[in-house]
Amino acid sequence: MSDTDELKNGESPSKSITRRRFILGVIAGGAAVGAASYRFLTPHGRTYSTGERLITLNVNGKPRHVEVMKQETLAWTLRYKLGLTGTKLGCDRAECGACTVLIDDVPHYSCSVLTHTVRGRKVTTVEGLAAADGMLHPVQQAVIDEQGFQCAFCMSGFLMATVGFLKANPNPTRKELAHGISGNLCRCQDYNKILDAMMRGAEYMRSGVPAGKAASAELARRA
Amino acid sequence: MAVIRDVMPAFDLLQPSSAADAQKILQDSGSDAWVMAGGLDSFDWLKDRIKKPKVLVDLSGIDELKGIRVTGDGVEIGAMTTLTEIANHPEIQKNYGVLSQAVSVVASPQIRNQGTLGGNVSQDVRCWYYRGGWPCYRAGGNICYADTPVGRNREHAIFGADRCVAVHPSDSVPALIALDAKFVVQTAKGERIVDAEDYYVGPDLDITKINMLEPGDLLTAIRIPSTWAGARFYFEKVRDRNVWDFPLMNVASAMKLSGNTISQMRIAVNAVSPRPMRLKAVEAAVQGKPADATTGEMAGKLAVEGAVPLQFNAYKIPLMRNLVKRAIRGLSPQQVKNGLAGDPEVQEATWNS
Repeated sequence: MSDTDELKNGESPSKSITRRRFILGVIAGGAAVGAASYRFLTPHGRTYSTGERLITLNVNGKPRHVEVMKQETLAWTLRYKLGLTGTKLGCDRAECGACTVLIDDVPHYSCSVLTHTVRGRKVTTVEGLAAADGMLHPVQQAVIDEQGFQCAFCMSGFLMATVGFLKANPNPTRKELAHGISGNLCRCQDYNKILDAMMRGAEYMRSGVPAGKAASAELARRA
Repeated sequence: MAVIRDVMPAFDLLQPSSAADAQKILQDSGSDAWVMAGGLDSFDWLKDRIKKPKVLVDLSGIDELKGIRVTGDGVEIGAMTTLTEIANHPEIQKNYGVLSQAVSVVASPQIRNQGTLGGNVSQDVRCWYYRGGWPCYRAGGNICYADTPVGRNREHAIFGADRCVAVHPSDSVPALIALDAKFVVQTAKGERIVDAEDYYVGPDLDITKINMLEPGDLLTAIRIPSTWAGARFYFEKVRDRNVWDFPLMNVASAMKLSGNTISQMRIAVNAVSPRPMRLKAVEAAVQGKPADATTGEMAGKLAVEGAVPLQFNAYKIPLMRNLVKRAIRGLSPQQVKNGLAGDPEVQEATWNS
Protein backbone atom coordinates (compact mmCIF):
# COMPACT_ATOMS: atom_id res chain seq x y z
CA MET A 1 0.00 0.00 0.00
CA SER A 2 1.48 3.30 -1.01
CA ASP A 3 1.37 6.51 0.97
CA THR A 4 -1.25 7.98 -1.36
CA ASP A 5 -3.59 5.05 -0.76
CA GLU A 6 -3.36 5.63 2.93
CA LEU A 7 -4.14 9.27 2.53
CA LYS A 8 -7.12 8.55 0.25
CA ASN A 9 -8.59 6.31 2.89
CA GLY A 10 -8.42 9.25 5.22
CA GLU A 11 -6.29 7.34 7.66
CA SER A 12 -3.34 8.98 9.36
CA PRO A 13 -0.10 7.20 8.45
CA SER A 14 0.89 7.17 12.09
CA LYS A 15 -2.01 4.88 13.03
CA SER A 16 -1.09 2.00 10.76
CA ILE A 17 2.17 0.08 10.73
CA THR A 18 4.30 2.06 8.32
CA ARG A 19 6.84 0.43 6.07
CA ARG A 20 9.58 2.13 8.04
CA ARG A 21 8.40 0.80 11.38
CA PHE A 22 7.97 -2.66 9.93
CA ILE A 23 11.56 -2.62 8.67
CA LEU A 24 12.87 -1.40 12.00
CA GLY A 25 11.03 -4.24 13.70
CA VAL A 26 12.54 -6.79 11.36
CA ILE A 27 16.00 -5.38 11.95
CA ALA A 28 15.62 -5.56 15.72
CA GLY A 29 14.44 -9.17 15.51
CA GLY A 30 17.19 -10.12 13.07
CA ALA A 31 19.86 -8.53 15.21
CA ALA A 32 18.79 -10.56 18.23
CA VAL A 33 18.90 -13.82 16.27
CA GLY A 34 22.08 -12.87 14.44
CA ALA A 35 23.93 -11.84 17.55
CA ALA A 36 23.16 -15.12 19.24
CA SER A 37 24.81 -17.06 16.43
CA TYR A 38 27.98 -14.96 16.41
CA ARG A 39 28.53 -15.83 20.02
CA PHE A 40 29.83 -19.19 18.92
CA LEU A 41 32.27 -18.04 16.25
CA THR A 42 35.49 -18.89 18.02
CA PRO A 43 38.02 -19.84 15.37
CA HIS A 44 40.75 -21.06 17.70
CA GLY A 45 38.65 -23.45 19.68
CA ARG A 46 39.14 -21.17 22.62
CA THR A 47 36.30 -20.14 24.88
CA TYR A 48 36.07 -16.42 25.19
CA SER A 49 35.10 -14.93 28.47
CA THR A 50 32.22 -12.98 26.97
CA GLY A 51 30.65 -12.97 23.54
CA GLU A 52 28.83 -9.78 24.27
CA ARG A 53 29.01 -7.26 27.02
CA LEU A 54 26.41 -4.79 28.08
CA ILE A 55 27.88 -1.35 27.70
CA THR A 56 26.54 2.17 27.67
CA LEU A 57 27.14 4.39 24.70
CA ASN A 58 26.40 8.07 24.32
CA VAL A 59 24.60 8.20 20.99
CA ASN A 60 22.97 11.42 19.84
CA GLY A 61 23.04 12.78 23.36
CA LYS A 62 21.23 9.83 24.91
CA PRO A 63 22.72 7.00 26.96
CA ARG A 64 22.07 3.74 25.09
CA HIS A 65 22.55 0.38 26.74
CA VAL A 66 23.56 -2.23 24.25
CA GLU A 67 25.16 -5.66 24.19
CA VAL A 68 28.27 -5.49 22.08
CA MET A 69 30.68 -8.14 20.82
CA LYS A 70 34.36 -7.39 21.21
CA GLN A 71 34.95 -7.47 17.48
CA GLU A 72 31.89 -5.43 16.60
CA THR A 73 32.29 -2.22 14.62
CA LEU A 74 30.41 0.93 15.50
CA ALA A 75 28.54 0.86 12.18
CA TRP A 76 27.29 -2.62 13.00
CA THR A 77 26.13 -1.60 16.46
CA LEU A 78 24.40 1.52 15.23
CA ARG A 79 22.57 -0.18 12.40
CA TYR A 80 21.78 -3.63 13.71
CA LYS A 81 21.62 -3.18 17.47
CA LEU A 82 20.32 0.36 17.85
CA GLY A 83 18.30 0.50 14.63
CA LEU A 84 19.98 3.74 13.55
CA THR A 85 19.98 2.78 9.90
CA GLY A 86 20.68 6.31 8.69
CA THR A 87 24.33 5.36 8.93
CA LYS A 88 25.00 3.39 5.75
CA LEU A 89 27.48 0.63 5.11
CA GLY A 90 28.98 0.94 1.64
CA CYS A 91 32.36 -0.72 1.45
CA ASP A 92 32.99 -1.67 5.10
CA ARG A 93 36.68 -0.94 4.36
CA ALA A 94 37.16 2.79 5.10
CA GLU A 95 37.06 3.52 1.38
CA CYS A 96 33.70 5.17 0.69
CA GLY A 97 32.60 7.34 3.62
CA ALA A 98 28.95 6.25 3.69
CA CYS A 99 29.28 5.21 7.34
CA THR A 100 30.74 8.52 8.53
CA VAL A 101 29.63 9.54 12.03
CA LEU A 102 30.98 12.09 14.47
CA ILE A 103 32.92 10.85 17.47
CA ASP A 104 33.49 13.75 19.85
CA ASP A 105 32.51 16.05 16.95
CA VAL A 106 35.21 14.64 14.62
CA PRO A 107 34.22 12.62 11.51
CA HIS A 108 35.21 8.96 11.59
CA TYR A 109 34.36 5.95 9.45
CA SER A 110 32.15 3.96 11.80
CA CYS A 111 32.89 0.76 9.85
CA SER A 112 36.46 1.05 11.07
CA VAL A 113 35.95 1.81 14.73
CA LEU A 114 35.41 -0.90 17.33
CA THR A 115 32.32 -0.07 19.37
CA HIS A 116 34.17 -0.84 22.60
CA THR A 117 36.63 1.96 21.87
CA VAL A 118 33.96 4.68 21.91
CA ARG A 119 32.70 4.08 25.44
CA GLY A 120 32.68 7.41 27.19
CA ARG A 121 32.81 9.32 23.93
CA LYS A 122 30.07 11.26 22.18
CA VAL A 123 28.72 9.60 19.04
CA THR A 124 26.53 11.60 16.66
CA THR A 125 24.76 9.99 13.71
CA VAL A 126 22.61 11.56 11.04
CA GLU A 127 19.56 10.86 13.22
CA GLY A 128 21.03 13.18 15.83
CA LEU A 129 21.43 16.20 13.58
CA ALA A 130 17.89 17.55 13.76
CA ALA A 131 16.85 19.41 16.90
CA ALA A 132 14.61 17.75 19.47
CA ASP A 133 11.56 19.58 18.08
CA GLY A 134 12.18 18.15 14.59
CA MET A 135 13.74 21.33 13.23
CA LEU A 136 16.28 20.18 10.66
CA HIS A 137 19.96 20.95 10.97
CA PRO A 138 20.89 23.88 8.67
CA VAL A 139 23.00 21.58 6.49
CA GLN A 140 20.10 19.15 6.13
CA GLN A 141 17.84 22.03 5.20
CA ALA A 142 20.37 23.19 2.61
CA VAL A 143 20.41 19.72 1.04
CA ILE A 144 16.64 19.89 0.62
CA ASP A 145 16.75 23.41 -0.78
CA GLU A 146 19.49 22.57 -3.28
CA GLN A 147 18.20 19.06 -4.02
CA GLY A 148 21.80 18.13 -3.44
CA PHE A 149 21.69 14.38 -4.04
CA GLN A 150 20.57 11.96 -6.67
CA CYS A 151 20.14 8.53 -5.10
CA ALA A 152 21.32 9.82 -1.71
CA PHE A 153 22.80 6.58 -0.40
CA CYS A 154 25.96 8.53 0.41
CA MET A 155 24.02 11.48 1.85
CA SER A 156 24.18 10.75 5.55
CA GLY A 157 27.93 10.21 5.28
CA PHE A 158 28.33 13.48 3.42
CA LEU A 159 26.15 15.28 5.95
CA MET A 160 28.19 14.04 8.88
CA ALA A 161 31.51 14.78 7.16
CA THR A 162 30.30 18.29 6.33
CA VAL A 163 28.90 19.02 9.78
CA GLY A 164 32.13 17.78 11.34
CA PHE A 165 34.25 19.83 8.96
CA LEU A 166 32.20 22.99 9.54
CA LYS A 167 32.66 22.70 13.29
CA ALA A 168 36.37 23.26 12.75
CA ASN A 169 36.12 25.52 9.66
CA PRO A 170 32.84 27.45 9.75
CA ASN A 171 33.69 29.67 6.80
CA PRO A 172 35.35 27.53 4.11
CA THR A 173 35.90 28.30 0.44
CA ARG A 174 34.40 25.82 -1.99
CA LYS A 175 37.86 24.33 -2.53
CA GLU A 176 38.50 23.95 1.20
CA LEU A 177 35.14 22.31 1.71
CA ALA A 178 35.77 19.96 -1.22
CA HIS A 179 39.05 18.98 0.39
CA GLY A 180 37.42 18.66 3.80
CA ILE A 181 34.76 16.22 2.62
CA SER A 182 36.97 14.42 0.11
CA GLY A 183 36.79 11.27 2.24
CA ASN A 184 33.31 10.52 0.90
CA LEU A 185 32.37 9.00 -2.44
CA CYS A 186 29.22 9.53 -4.50
CA ARG A 187 28.68 6.92 -7.18
CA CYS A 188 26.14 9.13 -8.93
CA GLN A 189 29.06 11.52 -9.43
CA ASP A 190 26.88 14.34 -8.17
CA TYR A 191 29.75 16.18 -6.55
CA ASN A 192 28.99 19.63 -7.91
CA LYS A 193 25.47 19.62 -6.58
CA ILE A 194 26.62 18.15 -3.29
CA LEU A 195 29.13 20.95 -2.95
CA ASP A 196 26.44 23.51 -3.83
CA ALA A 197 24.26 22.10 -1.08
CA MET A 198 27.02 21.91 1.48
CA MET A 199 28.22 25.44 0.74
CA ARG A 200 24.67 26.63 1.25
CA GLY A 201 24.62 24.62 4.47
CA ALA A 202 27.72 26.44 5.65
CA GLU A 203 25.99 29.71 4.85
CA TYR A 204 22.84 28.65 6.75
CA MET A 205 24.98 27.73 9.74
CA ARG A 206 26.56 31.17 9.78
CA SER A 207 23.51 33.30 9.06
CA GLY A 208 20.58 31.05 9.91
CA VAL A 209 18.05 29.25 7.75
CA PRO A 210 15.88 31.80 5.93
CA ALA A 211 12.34 32.07 7.30
CA GLY A 212 9.78 29.93 5.49
CA LYS A 213 12.38 27.41 4.38
CA ALA A 214 12.08 25.05 7.27
CA ALA A 215 10.30 21.89 6.21
CA SER A 216 10.76 20.38 9.63
CA ALA A 217 7.15 19.79 10.60
CA GLU A 218 6.42 17.81 7.45
CA LEU A 219 9.59 15.74 7.81
CA ALA A 220 9.03 15.12 11.48
CA ARG A 221 5.57 13.79 10.69
CA ARG A 222 6.89 11.45 8.03
CA ALA A 223 9.65 10.18 10.24
CA MET B 1 38.87 -10.39 -2.40
CA ALA B 2 35.32 -11.11 -1.92
CA VAL B 3 33.53 -8.59 0.18
CA ILE B 4 32.55 -10.26 3.41
CA ARG B 5 29.54 -8.58 4.96
CA ASP B 6 29.84 -9.95 8.41
CA VAL B 7 31.44 -9.17 11.69
CA MET B 8 35.05 -10.11 12.15
CA PRO B 9 35.92 -13.46 13.73
CA ALA B 10 36.07 -13.27 17.50
CA PHE B 11 39.15 -12.13 19.37
CA ASP B 12 39.89 -11.08 22.88
CA LEU B 13 39.97 -7.29 23.09
CA LEU B 14 42.30 -5.78 25.66
CA GLN B 15 42.31 -2.05 26.25
CA PRO B 16 45.22 -1.05 28.46
CA SER B 17 45.34 2.49 29.78
CA SER B 18 49.11 2.80 30.20
CA ALA B 19 52.08 1.99 27.99
CA ALA B 20 53.56 -0.21 30.71
CA ASP B 21 50.36 -2.28 30.87
CA ALA B 22 50.27 -2.54 27.10
CA GLN B 23 53.82 -3.77 27.00
CA LYS B 24 53.16 -6.31 29.73
CA ILE B 25 50.16 -7.65 27.83
CA LEU B 26 52.17 -7.81 24.61
CA GLN B 27 55.03 -9.63 26.26
CA ASP B 28 52.67 -12.12 27.89
CA SER B 29 50.75 -12.78 24.68
CA GLY B 30 53.75 -12.97 22.36
CA SER B 31 52.85 -13.69 18.75
CA ASP B 32 49.16 -14.27 19.60
CA ALA B 33 48.71 -10.54 20.03
CA TRP B 34 47.93 -7.93 17.44
CA VAL B 35 48.71 -4.31 18.23
CA MET B 36 46.08 -1.89 17.03
CA ALA B 37 46.67 1.86 16.87
CA GLY B 38 44.14 3.68 14.67
CA GLY B 39 43.04 0.35 13.22
CA LEU B 40 42.87 1.32 9.54
CA ASP B 41 45.54 -1.21 8.57
CA SER B 42 44.39 -3.80 11.12
CA PHE B 43 40.74 -3.99 10.07
CA ASP B 44 41.56 -4.97 6.48
CA TRP B 45 43.52 -7.95 7.73
CA LEU B 46 40.93 -8.93 10.31
CA LYS B 47 37.83 -8.42 8.16
CA ASP B 48 39.35 -10.40 5.28
CA ARG B 49 40.25 -13.17 7.74
CA ILE B 50 43.84 -13.16 6.51
CA LYS B 51 45.23 -12.58 9.99
CA LYS B 52 43.44 -14.13 12.92
CA PRO B 53 44.98 -12.88 16.15
CA LYS B 54 43.70 -14.30 19.41
CA VAL B 55 44.26 -11.09 21.30
CA LEU B 56 43.77 -7.57 20.00
CA VAL B 57 45.54 -4.91 22.03
CA ASP B 58 43.88 -1.56 21.46
CA LEU B 59 46.20 1.32 22.28
CA SER B 60 43.62 4.07 21.80
CA GLY B 61 43.00 4.44 25.54
CA ILE B 62 46.62 5.22 26.39
CA ASP B 63 46.81 8.98 26.87
CA GLU B 64 50.55 9.04 27.54
CA LEU B 65 51.17 7.92 23.95
CA LYS B 66 49.24 10.86 22.54
CA GLY B 67 50.20 14.43 21.89
CA ILE B 68 53.04 16.56 20.63
CA ARG B 69 55.56 17.91 23.10
CA VAL B 70 57.95 20.68 22.16
CA THR B 71 61.22 19.84 23.90
CA GLY B 72 64.49 21.73 24.24
CA ASP B 73 65.85 19.88 21.24
CA GLY B 74 63.00 19.59 18.77
CA VAL B 75 59.66 17.88 19.20
CA GLU B 76 58.49 14.54 20.51
CA ILE B 77 55.39 13.06 18.95
CA GLY B 78 53.56 10.31 20.80
CA ALA B 79 53.02 7.23 18.66
CA MET B 80 49.23 7.48 19.09
CA THR B 81 48.98 11.10 17.94
CA THR B 82 46.56 11.40 15.03
CA LEU B 83 47.77 12.56 11.64
CA THR B 84 45.27 15.44 11.67
CA GLU B 85 46.73 16.72 14.92
CA ILE B 86 50.25 16.59 13.48
CA ALA B 87 49.19 18.29 10.24
CA ASN B 88 47.57 21.15 12.19
CA HIS B 89 50.18 21.60 14.91
CA PRO B 90 51.66 25.13 14.73
CA GLU B 91 55.20 24.13 15.74
CA ILE B 92 55.31 21.31 13.16
CA GLN B 93 53.89 23.60 10.48
CA LYS B 94 56.39 26.31 11.30
CA ASN B 95 59.62 24.37 11.68
CA TYR B 96 59.05 20.88 10.31
CA GLY B 97 56.71 21.69 7.43
CA VAL B 98 57.76 18.64 5.42
CA LEU B 99 56.12 16.37 8.00
CA SER B 100 53.00 18.47 8.15
CA GLN B 101 52.76 18.33 4.33
CA ALA B 102 53.38 14.59 4.27
CA VAL B 103 50.74 13.63 6.82
CA SER B 104 48.15 15.97 5.32
CA VAL B 105 48.08 13.94 2.08
CA VAL B 106 47.66 10.56 3.74
CA ALA B 107 44.48 8.75 2.66
CA SER B 108 41.32 10.75 3.46
CA PRO B 109 40.24 13.27 6.14
CA GLN B 110 38.41 10.66 8.22
CA ILE B 111 41.39 8.33 8.08
CA ARG B 112 43.73 11.13 9.17
CA ASN B 113 41.36 11.88 12.06
CA GLN B 114 41.81 8.34 13.30
CA GLY B 115 45.12 7.13 11.89
CA THR B 116 48.16 7.65 14.06
CA LEU B 117 51.78 8.42 13.30
CA GLY B 118 52.91 5.22 15.00
CA GLY B 119 50.47 3.26 12.87
CA ASN B 120 51.41 5.06 9.68
CA VAL B 121 55.10 4.30 10.09
CA SER B 122 54.47 0.71 11.19
CA GLN B 123 51.84 -0.30 8.61
CA ASP B 124 52.33 -3.35 6.46
CA VAL B 125 52.92 -3.35 2.69
CA ARG B 126 49.95 -3.06 0.33
CA CYS B 127 50.81 -5.72 -2.27
CA TRP B 128 47.41 -7.16 -3.16
CA TYR B 129 48.64 -10.71 -3.47
CA TYR B 130 50.02 -10.56 0.04
CA ARG B 131 46.99 -8.66 1.35
CA GLY B 132 44.66 -11.08 -0.39
CA GLY B 133 46.05 -13.95 1.63
CA TRP B 134 48.09 -15.57 -1.16
CA PRO B 135 50.87 -17.73 0.25
CA CYS B 136 53.70 -15.53 -1.03
CA TYR B 137 57.24 -15.20 0.32
CA ARG B 138 56.25 -12.44 2.71
CA ALA B 139 53.39 -14.54 4.03
CA GLY B 140 55.86 -17.36 4.70
CA GLY B 141 55.37 -19.16 1.39
CA ASN B 142 57.69 -19.92 -1.48
CA ILE B 143 56.66 -17.76 -4.44
CA CYS B 144 56.08 -14.15 -5.47
CA TYR B 145 52.87 -13.63 -7.42
CA ALA B 146 53.65 -10.02 -8.34
CA ASP B 147 57.01 -10.61 -9.98
CA THR B 148 55.83 -12.72 -12.90
CA PRO B 149 55.35 -11.69 -16.56
CA VAL B 150 51.64 -11.16 -15.97
CA GLY B 151 51.69 -10.22 -12.29
CA ARG B 152 50.05 -6.91 -11.43
CA ASN B 153 53.12 -5.01 -10.37
CA ARG B 154 52.56 -1.44 -11.54
CA GLU B 155 52.85 -0.22 -7.93
CA HIS B 156 55.78 -2.44 -6.95
CA ALA B 157 59.48 -1.99 -6.29
CA ILE B 158 62.30 -0.88 -8.55
CA PHE B 159 64.93 -1.12 -5.81
CA GLY B 160 65.85 -3.46 -3.01
CA ALA B 161 63.64 -6.34 -4.05
CA ASP B 162 64.70 -9.71 -2.76
CA ARG B 163 62.06 -12.29 -3.71
CA CYS B 164 59.41 -9.86 -2.34
CA VAL B 165 58.79 -6.85 -4.61
CA ALA B 166 56.24 -5.02 -2.44
CA VAL B 167 56.94 -1.39 -1.57
CA HIS B 168 56.68 0.42 1.71
CA PRO B 169 53.52 2.55 1.48
CA SER B 170 53.99 5.23 4.15
CA ASP B 171 53.89 8.95 3.34
CA SER B 172 55.20 10.13 6.68
CA VAL B 173 58.36 8.03 6.74
CA PRO B 174 60.37 9.84 4.03
CA ALA B 175 59.59 13.13 5.79
CA LEU B 176 60.76 11.66 9.08
CA ILE B 177 63.95 10.38 7.45
CA ALA B 178 64.59 13.80 5.93
CA LEU B 179 64.18 15.31 9.41
CA ASP B 180 66.56 12.74 10.92
CA ALA B 181 63.85 11.54 13.30
CA LYS B 182 64.48 8.90 15.97
CA PHE B 183 62.00 6.16 16.86
CA VAL B 184 61.63 5.25 20.52
CA VAL B 185 60.91 1.54 20.91
CA GLN B 186 60.19 -0.20 24.22
CA THR B 187 61.47 -3.76 24.18
CA ALA B 188 61.69 -6.47 26.81
CA LYS B 189 65.31 -5.47 27.32
CA GLY B 190 64.56 -1.80 27.73
CA GLU B 191 64.27 1.29 25.59
CA ARG B 192 65.88 1.43 22.15
CA ILE B 193 66.23 4.56 20.08
CA VAL B 194 66.82 4.01 16.39
CA ASP B 195 67.18 6.23 13.34
CA ALA B 196 64.05 6.39 11.23
CA GLU B 197 65.56 4.44 8.34
CA ASP B 198 66.95 1.74 10.65
CA TYR B 199 63.48 0.94 11.99
CA TYR B 200 62.75 -0.92 8.76
CA VAL B 201 63.75 -4.43 7.78
CA GLY B 202 64.21 -5.37 4.13
CA PRO B 203 63.25 -8.76 2.68
CA ASP B 204 66.94 -9.66 2.34
CA LEU B 205 67.20 -9.63 6.14
CA ASP B 206 63.81 -11.05 7.13
CA ILE B 207 61.18 -11.41 4.45
CA THR B 208 58.19 -11.78 6.77
CA LYS B 209 58.95 -8.62 8.73
CA ILE B 210 58.48 -5.00 7.79
CA ASN B 211 60.10 -3.37 10.79
CA MET B 212 62.30 -4.23 13.74
CA LEU B 213 59.45 -4.77 16.21
CA GLU B 214 59.49 -8.21 17.79
CA PRO B 215 56.40 -9.62 19.53
CA GLY B 216 56.14 -7.71 22.78
CA ASP B 217 57.81 -4.53 21.48
CA LEU B 218 56.02 -1.22 21.35
CA LEU B 219 56.82 1.94 19.41
CA THR B 220 56.01 4.73 21.86
CA ALA B 221 57.26 7.99 20.36
CA ILE B 222 59.03 9.66 17.49
CA ARG B 223 61.53 12.39 18.26
CA ILE B 224 62.46 15.02 15.73
CA PRO B 225 65.67 16.86 16.54
CA SER B 226 65.86 20.58 15.90
CA THR B 227 68.83 20.04 13.54
CA TRP B 228 66.69 20.56 10.46
CA ALA B 229 64.14 22.98 11.88
CA GLY B 230 63.24 25.66 9.35
CA ALA B 231 65.38 24.12 6.58
CA ARG B 232 64.20 24.31 2.96
CA PHE B 233 61.82 21.41 2.61
CA TYR B 234 60.28 19.64 -0.31
CA PHE B 235 57.54 17.03 -0.28
CA GLU B 236 55.63 15.58 -3.15
CA LYS B 237 53.36 12.59 -3.45
CA VAL B 238 52.29 11.12 -6.77
CA ARG B 239 49.18 8.94 -6.79
CA ASP B 240 46.29 7.99 -9.04
CA ARG B 241 43.50 9.67 -7.07
CA ASN B 242 43.96 12.66 -4.80
CA VAL B 243 42.25 10.92 -1.89
CA TRP B 244 42.71 7.49 -0.30
CA ASP B 245 45.47 6.28 -2.58
CA PHE B 246 48.80 5.14 -1.36
CA PRO B 247 51.73 6.78 -3.14
CA LEU B 248 52.94 5.52 -6.48
CA MET B 249 55.95 7.39 -5.21
CA ASN B 250 56.74 10.20 -2.82
CA VAL B 251 59.81 12.24 -2.06
CA ALA B 252 60.81 14.31 0.98
CA SER B 253 63.89 16.40 1.48
CA ALA B 254 65.44 18.89 3.85
CA MET B 255 68.15 21.21 2.60
CA LYS B 256 70.46 23.72 4.23
CA LEU B 257 71.66 26.43 1.91
CA SER B 258 74.30 29.10 2.05
CA GLY B 259 73.21 31.51 -0.62
CA ASN B 260 72.03 29.13 -3.31
CA THR B 261 74.69 26.52 -2.55
CA ILE B 262 73.63 23.30 -0.86
CA SER B 263 75.65 22.90 2.29
CA GLN B 264 73.81 19.85 3.56
CA MET B 265 70.85 17.79 2.45
CA ARG B 266 68.79 14.78 3.46
CA ILE B 267 66.47 13.16 0.95
CA ALA B 268 64.30 10.04 1.00
CA VAL B 269 61.81 8.43 -1.34
CA ASN B 270 59.18 5.84 -0.60
CA ALA B 271 57.08 3.36 -2.56
CA VAL B 272 60.14 2.39 -4.63
CA SER B 273 61.53 -0.33 -2.41
CA PRO B 274 60.44 -2.67 0.38
CA ARG B 275 62.19 -0.32 2.79
CA PRO B 276 61.80 3.44 2.78
CA MET B 277 64.84 4.59 0.86
CA ARG B 278 67.27 7.27 1.92
CA LEU B 279 69.35 8.49 -1.03
CA LYS B 280 72.77 8.83 0.57
CA ALA B 281 74.60 8.98 -2.76
CA VAL B 282 72.50 11.95 -3.81
CA GLU B 283 73.02 13.67 -0.47
CA ALA B 284 76.78 13.39 -0.89
CA ALA B 285 76.81 14.37 -4.56
CA VAL B 286 74.84 17.59 -4.23
CA GLN B 287 76.87 18.97 -1.35
CA GLY B 288 78.52 22.24 -2.37
CA LYS B 289 76.53 22.46 -5.61
CA PRO B 290 73.92 25.10 -6.45
CA ALA B 291 70.30 24.18 -5.77
CA ASP B 292 69.20 24.43 -9.38
CA ALA B 293 67.87 22.33 -12.24
CA THR B 294 71.33 21.25 -13.42
CA THR B 295 72.24 19.80 -10.05
CA GLY B 296 68.76 18.30 -9.89
CA GLU B 297 69.24 16.66 -13.27
CA MET B 298 72.52 15.13 -12.16
CA ALA B 299 71.05 13.99 -8.83
CA GLY B 300 68.01 12.47 -10.52
CA LYS B 301 70.19 10.37 -12.81
CA LEU B 302 72.30 9.29 -9.88
CA ALA B 303 69.24 8.38 -7.82
CA VAL B 304 67.89 5.87 -10.33
CA GLU B 305 71.18 4.12 -10.96
CA GLY B 306 70.75 0.42 -10.40
CA ALA B 307 66.97 0.48 -10.61
CA VAL B 308 65.44 -2.80 -11.80
CA PRO B 309 61.93 -2.33 -13.15
CA LEU B 310 59.35 -5.10 -13.28
CA GLN B 311 56.96 -5.77 -16.14
CA PHE B 312 54.61 -2.84 -15.52
CA ASN B 313 56.47 -0.30 -13.43
CA ALA B 314 59.25 1.07 -15.63
CA TYR B 315 57.51 4.46 -15.41
CA LYS B 316 58.81 4.69 -11.86
CA ILE B 317 62.34 5.34 -13.12
CA PRO B 318 61.64 8.67 -14.90
CA LEU B 319 59.18 9.49 -12.12
CA MET B 320 61.86 9.08 -9.48
CA ARG B 321 64.40 10.99 -11.56
CA ASN B 322 62.00 13.90 -11.83
CA LEU B 323 60.92 13.90 -8.21
CA VAL B 324 64.53 14.00 -7.04
CA LYS B 325 65.27 16.74 -9.53
CA ARG B 326 62.37 18.80 -8.28
CA ALA B 327 63.27 18.28 -4.66
CA ILE B 328 66.64 19.86 -5.39
CA ARG B 329 65.49 22.57 -7.77
CA GLY B 330 62.56 23.51 -5.56
CA LEU B 331 59.36 25.16 -6.67
CA SER B 332 58.91 28.38 -8.59
CA PRO B 333 56.98 31.07 -6.72
CA GLN B 334 54.12 30.46 -9.17
CA GLN B 335 54.01 26.78 -8.25
CA VAL B 336 54.16 27.59 -4.56
CA LYS B 337 51.16 29.85 -5.00
CA ASN B 338 49.04 27.53 -7.13
CA GLY B 339 50.25 24.20 -5.88
CA LEU B 340 51.79 21.51 -8.03
CA ALA B 341 48.49 19.95 -8.93
CA GLY B 342 47.42 23.18 -10.63
CA ASP B 343 50.45 23.35 -12.87
CA PRO B 344 49.87 21.47 -16.14
CA GLU B 345 53.51 21.75 -17.12
CA VAL B 346 54.54 20.03 -13.93
CA GLN B 347 51.93 17.33 -14.39
CA GLU B 348 53.18 16.72 -17.89
CA ALA B 349 56.79 16.59 -16.82
CA THR B 350 56.07 14.10 -14.06
CA TRP B 351 55.12 11.44 -16.51
CA ASN B 352 56.92 12.24 -19.73
CA SER B 353 60.35 13.73 -19.35
